[in-house]
Amino acid sequence: MFGGIDPALLIAALMVNSVPIMLAATGELVVEKAGVLNLGVEGMMIMGAICGFVTAVVTGNPYFGFVGGALGAVALSAVFGVLTQVLQTNQVATGLALTLFGLGLSSLIGQSYVGIKPPATGDLALGPLADIPFLGVAVFSHDWMVYASILLVAGVWWVLKYSRMGLVLRAVGESHEAAHALGYKVTRIRFLAVLFGGALAGLGGAYVSLVRVPQWTDGITAGAGWIALAIVVFASWKPWRVLAGAYLFGGISVLQLNLQAAGSAIPVEYLSMAPYLITILVLVIMSSGRGKAALAAPACLGQNFHASR
Amino acid sequence: MLRLEKRASPSVFWERASPFLAVALTMVAGGIMFWILGKNPFEAIRTIFWDPLFNDQFAAYSRPQLLVKAAPLILIAIGLSLGFRAGIWNIGAEGQYIMGAIFGAAAGLAVYPVESRLIFPVMIVAGAFGGFLWAMIPALLKTVFRTNEILVSLLLVYVAQNILAMMALGALRNPEGGGFPGSRNLSQIPSMANPELVAGTGMHWGVVAAFMAVIAGYILLQRHILGFQIKLAGQAPKAARFAGVSPARLVVMCLGISGVLAGLAGVFEVTGPAGQISIDFNVGYGFTAIIVAFLGRLNPVGILFAGLLMALTYIGGELAQLMLGLPSAAIQAFQGMLLFFLLGTDLLTNFRVRLAKREVA
Repeated sequence: MFGGIDPALLIAALMVNSVPIMLAATGELVVEKAGVLNLGVEGMMIMGAICGFVTAVVTGNPYFGFVGGALGAVALSAVFGVLTQVLQTNQVATGLALTLFGLGLSSLIGQSYVGIKPPATGDLALGPLADIPFLGVAVFSHDWMVYASILLVAGVWWVLKYSRMGLVLRAVGESHEAAHALGYKVTRIRFLAVLFGGALAGLGGAYVSLVRVPQWTDGITAGAGWIALAIVVFASWKPWRVLAGAYLFGGISVLQLNLQAAGSAIPVEYLSMAPYLITILVLVIMSSGRGKAALAAPACLGQNFHASR
Repeated sequence: MLRLEKRASPSVFWERASPFLAVALTMVAGGIMFWILGKNPFEAIRTIFWDPLFNDQFAAYSRPQLLVKAAPLILIAIGLSLGFRAGIWNIGAEGQYIMGAIFGAAAGLAVYPVESRLIFPVMIVAGAFGGFLWAMIPALLKTVFRTNEILVSLLLVYVAQNILAMMALGALRNPEGGGFPGSRNLSQIPSMANPELVAGTGMHWGVVAAFMAVIAGYILLQRHILGFQIKLAGQAPKAARFAGVSPARLVVMCLGISGVLAGLAGVFEVTGPAGQISIDFNVGYGFTAIIVAFLGRLNPVGILFAGLLMALTYIGGELAQLMLGLPSAAIQAFQGMLLFFLLGTDLLTNFRVRLAKREVA
């Protein structure tokens, strides 16, 4: 069944494919560590995808594209931040609203950009590393975002575990009452975390429309935001496991695409529903038995905070 | 400096008034959006909210459409509202709607070309069962494995869409359709069709079911022990547990009811207005119904009016597309905006906004 699929190219495709969900899931992990559940990842990603695409096409520079994508998604996440943190709205409902609005607005902005090719994001020149047999093709011949996203995971891990900022962020997520009593600005910290999550989701979205596909169609993110949310649960809110989760799901989607292209006997629809089914399966395994994902969740996840005193 | 002060009990006035305020604010913000798109905002708002009902030229066509489009929204939203009240978030109604349509259509097409009065009722039962089955997946995973129902129900929408594609291209494809995707046209087969019951009103069996769902939902919430338990579990989960309300039973009931209603909406749509199973017969009613449920304040009577208003934005949106060249995506963004304003103005129900001097903390 694997005839005609080159393993080096498979690993290369896996690394590229997992970037968007890795970025979005890392951002959402920080948001959830601060005690906020933002279900609008899909909406922020698709806003990042279109804003990044438009910026890149207009300026002709893919780097500006990524900045534009991040800013577009940050703007949307700011709406979420104001609603949930200031106006005390229900986080689940507001997250859904973000996704519905993002899908509509992105397709509105993207109307005149269908069928255009964005400026290419070149591969990073890694010199001799790229000439190593097998590894050169599989690991060392990608664009800079692939490596930047891995560094970002490492950075988030370090900040959360070893820095004062990370400690405060986790305190806010575990017990907002206690953090407030200690004098930390719960609302401000959470708002900033939401913006950070938005920026990463936007980068992930921009990567989809600028590198992975690369063009604009409506609904281009196709549920990647929801898979990112599931990966945070799968990772038990640990950054390195987000990396593992993203590679797992990147691998599954690459494999199913390759099987489709290779004309496998399995019907196309079964293959394209596989990533979603496997996500559900993993969620089930993680939330039952010894895994019990709920135990690892930040204690104040999804609860609103209003300082009455 | 503005300060928020929590009310001792929610304001009854603002609970009623905030949806109207939200609609008004959405019209203003939407008008600005249309203006940015280079359209006259007043003309756009009038085309969306006024012309479908009162314009001499279009009203005759668009008035019946109001019920046709509102029926599935109301049916699905009534089911969703029960869960939302209890803190059970079924956001995959779109998937349950698709599965309802597939099950219903398959039940009918299985016996084609037999003609019998019994076929249509059997299809409806099959459709309800399809939606129910699809909703039971997140319900059972939630009760047995404590898996998050939000993510599971949503991910199942993508699975359902793939099954739909498989059916439209494979098992349910019209054998006389010349190889084109899509099933036989159910609305043209007398024993399977869901016709307009009273000419010129748009009334079909789905509309009847929607009205029945509103009444049943109202009775359930006001008079039945299950409705009381749903409200109790949402407002005071601890009290509910002490009172012996089983959370697992509530999850199964809420998801089950919303699955059945979404499945019904699917089968009525596919036998009537949509006519056939095709790759994209579903137009996102399952997601829009979430907005309808909130716009109706999770109250059955409120949902009835919210469904009609949302149907109006669909019809008015189509009209604005035709008359003003307003892109259809603008309406989708407009509907999303409405949900933002609804949630935001909810603040006034639970909090007092006070002018206050800045104090030393």
